[in-house]
Order: sequence, then structure tokens, then C-alpha cells
Amino acid sequence: MADALLANNIVKAFKKSRKEIKALKGISLRIKEGEIYGLLGPNGSGKSTFIRIASTLLIPDRGSISIFGYDSVSNSASVQRMINRVSVEASFFRKLSAVENLCFSAGLYGIPRREALKKINGLAERFGLDLKRLKDPLEDFSRGMQQKVAIVRAFMTEPKMLLLDEPTTGLDPRAKRDVQSLINDVKNTMNTTMLLTTHDMDEAEKLCDYVAIIHLGRIVASGRPSELKKQLLGKVDNPSFEDVFLEFTGMSIEEAEYQEVESA
Amino acid sequence: MSSQALARELRASWAFIERNFNFTKRYWKWELVFFAYTMANSVTMGFIGKGIEAFSGTKLDTSYLILYMLLGSILWGYLSILFEIVAETVAWERWEETIEYTFMAPVRRATHLLSTCGYAILYGILRSGLILVVVSVFFDLDLGRANFLSAAGILAVSSFSFVGLGIVAAVLPLISPEKGVQVVHIFQALLLMFSGVYYEIDVLPVWMQQVGKLSPATYALRGMRASILEGRTMPEMWNDVWPLILLGALLLPLGLMFFKRMEAWAKKRGVLKRSG
Repeated sequence: MADALLANNIVKAFKKSRKEIKALKGISLRIKEGEIYGLLGPNGSGKSTFIRIASTLLIPDRGSISIFGYDSVSNSASVQRMINRVSVEASFFRKLSAVENLCFSAGLYGIPRREALKKINGLAERFGLDLKRLKDPLEDFSRGMQQKVAIVRAFMTEPKMLLLDEPTTGLDPRAKRDVQSLINDVKNTMNTTMLLTTHDMDEAEKLCDYVAIIHLGRIVASGRPSELKKQLLGKVDNPSFEDVFLEFTGMSIEEAEYQEVESA
Repeated sequence: MSSQALARELRASWAFIERNFNFTKRYWKWELVFFAYTMANSVTMGFIGKGIEAFSGTKLDTSYLILYMLLGSILWGYLSILFEIVAETVAWERWEETIEYTFMAPVRRATHLLSTCGYAILYGILRSGLILVVVSVFFDLDLGRANFLSAAGILAVSSFSFVGLGIVAAVLPLISPEKGVQVVHIFQALLLMFSGVYYEIDVLPVWMQQVGKLSPATYALRGMRASILEGRTMPEMWNDVWPLILLGALLLPLGLMFFKRMEAWAKKRGVLKRSG
């Protein structure tokens, strides 16, 4: 399989109140075409910074990311045509309806109006959205429904690579299950490569073909979920993915989150 | 640019125009508030013109004064709309939390900004026209000498420079999420003061007159008054037309270039995101 994303020694630091925060300290990773790659880590570990670099919204201090062979900085226009994103916040014009928001997005990607409406209806039906409600303002939608509209927005442009930045965080259990099954459904029916960031261990194990654990801006472990768990055999009985995280970071996800917040 | 790429950019351009139209539709109550405010402001300016004769105690051409003040108010209203819509395009995206999605879309920044400008011009002309209609009910306006063709020419030429100025100002909310919009409004207020919206800039101290000469609004207001009040043609107003052409030719491409450069800076600093 060809490389969908190739990141080489990405370094990024931010200045905040005269203090330098090193968000990424040399991240290298390779995602193969058609794969769901999980970037697993606590809040503040650098996951979203990595996604924003891959989205062409952030320029790294050092290193490079190429998506299907195109550099995300020097050839950002080509990268932008191949990617789309679903982030933790659905991010819509709240007073506009779902259709108005989706038609705006379709226009930005050069999709003709008639084609866009056809895609919106098709995807909305497939993802279980009530077609009658698509004309309602987005502010009247539940968070789970907004996230489904965000998924429609992303798939409408038929991205070769989809960046999923904690798409289930903050959703109620039912909405979370719905979004996860959508991702699974897409994995089984479309050849979209996905980079999923999450701090939900079960989600990573359930959805991802390959995972990397990111802690304090560095990748501390990577491999197939089953392989990572296998490394714990003999140390832990019936290891869970929580145990994998504990083994490679030396702390639980909750402790790691506390540490990341403190160090920021 | 290939025809396919051109079609893509045109669709994106229409998407920005349509989205802004949807905003106007959805926020219609606020539109009504702003319209009432601008209309009241223009009518007030007209009455100030009418009242000057009683105030000064000398016989004056009241009709000329009313129209002088009204033109200042209405043209300033138009230029302000143009400037605000363009300058706040980034700020809006940040408030709505959509900035990351718009800036990661495969659209040329020139298409993004110029489409916003296109909508601002259409909206500005429509709103200013409506205000003119409402205001004309209050006053017996003498437009017998008006040269409307010249007035339209001045409006068109000045729009370019104000769009350029708006694009330069749009950089501020891009690079400073917390203070950018506030600085845009200070800049707008200073333009009002230096450009002779309700007076000739000759009444200003010399140093302020020098600053006023750099503002496109100074020439736009002078040109508009000359065409409506004195019926001058474009060649007769050349002294006001050429600075507008020059400022437009400089400010528009420079604004786009500056915006692109500062967008790259924002991407390095990590400020191109929903919240500051």
C-alpha cells in the first residue's frame, strides 16, 4: 500500500506569555492508504497540533508532512483538495441551516449546487439524519446531530484523507456510538484513509488499524492494537488498552492529562 | 488557470456571496436596527444643515447645506459598510468558530476576499440607496444640477481603494484575535475624522490636512459633492479622480499581498484557530 501521510521529525513550539511551550518534539509517522491510524494521547499531548499541521493551518518549526506525496506547506493547495476534517467542535455558522452550511462548504470545494444537494441528501440518509430537519438552523441541533452534519460535510468532498480530531469527545453515549459506527461503516465501504486522534482507549482499540501513543509531544509507542497488547502478556493478566498506555507512559491517561495541563 | 480551476473558483466565489446574503437574511432584526440608526443619523445631519442658517444669523443656501451634509452621511455610510464587511470577514469566521474550515478549503485567498468585497459593494449600494429614498421624504432636495453618471463613476473608483483598505484592515483580526477588531474600529473612526465627511478638510489643522490627503474617503467625498452639488464631470474632477485611481491600484494588490504574507505568519504563530 502507498503512503497516505508521511511525517518526518515534526517540531512545533508556541510562545505563550513569554513562555515557550514545546507541543511537538520530533514526531515521525507513516500512514498507509486506506488505514485508520489512531493518534492516542491525553489532552495537551500535541494531537491537535499535529492535525492542524496536516490540515495546512499550522506551519511546523522543523520537519515536514507530505500527504499523498504533496508537502503540506509548499504545496498546500494540492493537499487541501485531498483532505477534510471533523473536529471536536462541529464548527458551523449557527444561525444558518444545515443545508446552507453544507452548500457553502460544497461551494468552497468547487462542487456544483445540484451535485452538492444530491450528495447532501444521500449522505444525510446514509448517516441517519432526518432530511426534514436539514433546513433548521444548526443551533437547534443536538451536539450529536451537529457532529453527524460535520461528517456529511467532510465526506461530501470525497476526501482521500480524513482528519478526525476527537470527533466523539463530549458526545452522549448514544451519539458517540453512532459516530463510531459511521466511521466503521466508511472504513468498510470507502477507501478513505483516516487519522483519528482520541484520548478514548476503547475507541482507539475498536476503530484503529494502527495506533501511536503520543505523550508530552513525543511518540512513545506505536503498532497494531493487538501487537501492543501482546507486548504486555506476562506482565498483566488479560491486558486492556489502558494497561498499554500505562506501560508506555508510566501513568494512567488521567494522570497524564493532569501532567500535560500542569506543564502547559 | 485552467477552465476547470476557474469554474471551481467561481463556485467558491458564489458560495461566499450566498453565505453573506444568508447572514443578512438570518440577522434581519439587526439589519433593521443598523438601518434605523444610519437613517436617523443621516436625517439628523440634514437637519443640522437646515439649522445652520438660524444658528449663524446670516442668509445661506440651505438646500446646498442639507445636501452637503446628507451626501457626507450617506457616502460615509456606504464606505463604512464596505470597510466593515471586508475588515471583519476574518473576525466573523472566528466568532462563528468556522475559521479553520474556511482557511483549510482549497480556495485562493484572493477569491475569498474579493467575493466578500463583491457582496459588500452590492449590499452597500442597496442600503445607501434605500437610505437616500427615506431621507428624501424629509427634505425637499434640489438635484437639478446633479451629474449622476459622475457620481456613479466616483462611487465605482472609490470602492476599489476602500476594498483595498478593508483588506489591509482585515489582517488585524487575523494576527491579533483579541485586539484586532478593536483596532479596526479605531482606524475607521480616525478615517471619519481626517477625511472631511461633514466638513472640508481645509478647516483642519495643517498636519491633519496632510493625513487627510492619504485617505481615499477625502477624494471620494469631494468628488461626490462636486458631481451632485455642482454637476461636474469626471474630467473636471480629475484632481480628485486620479488619487482615487492611484490609491485603488496600490491598495488592492498590496492589501491582497499583505494579507497572504500575514496569513503565513499567523500559520507559523498558531493564531489561525477558533479562539485566540
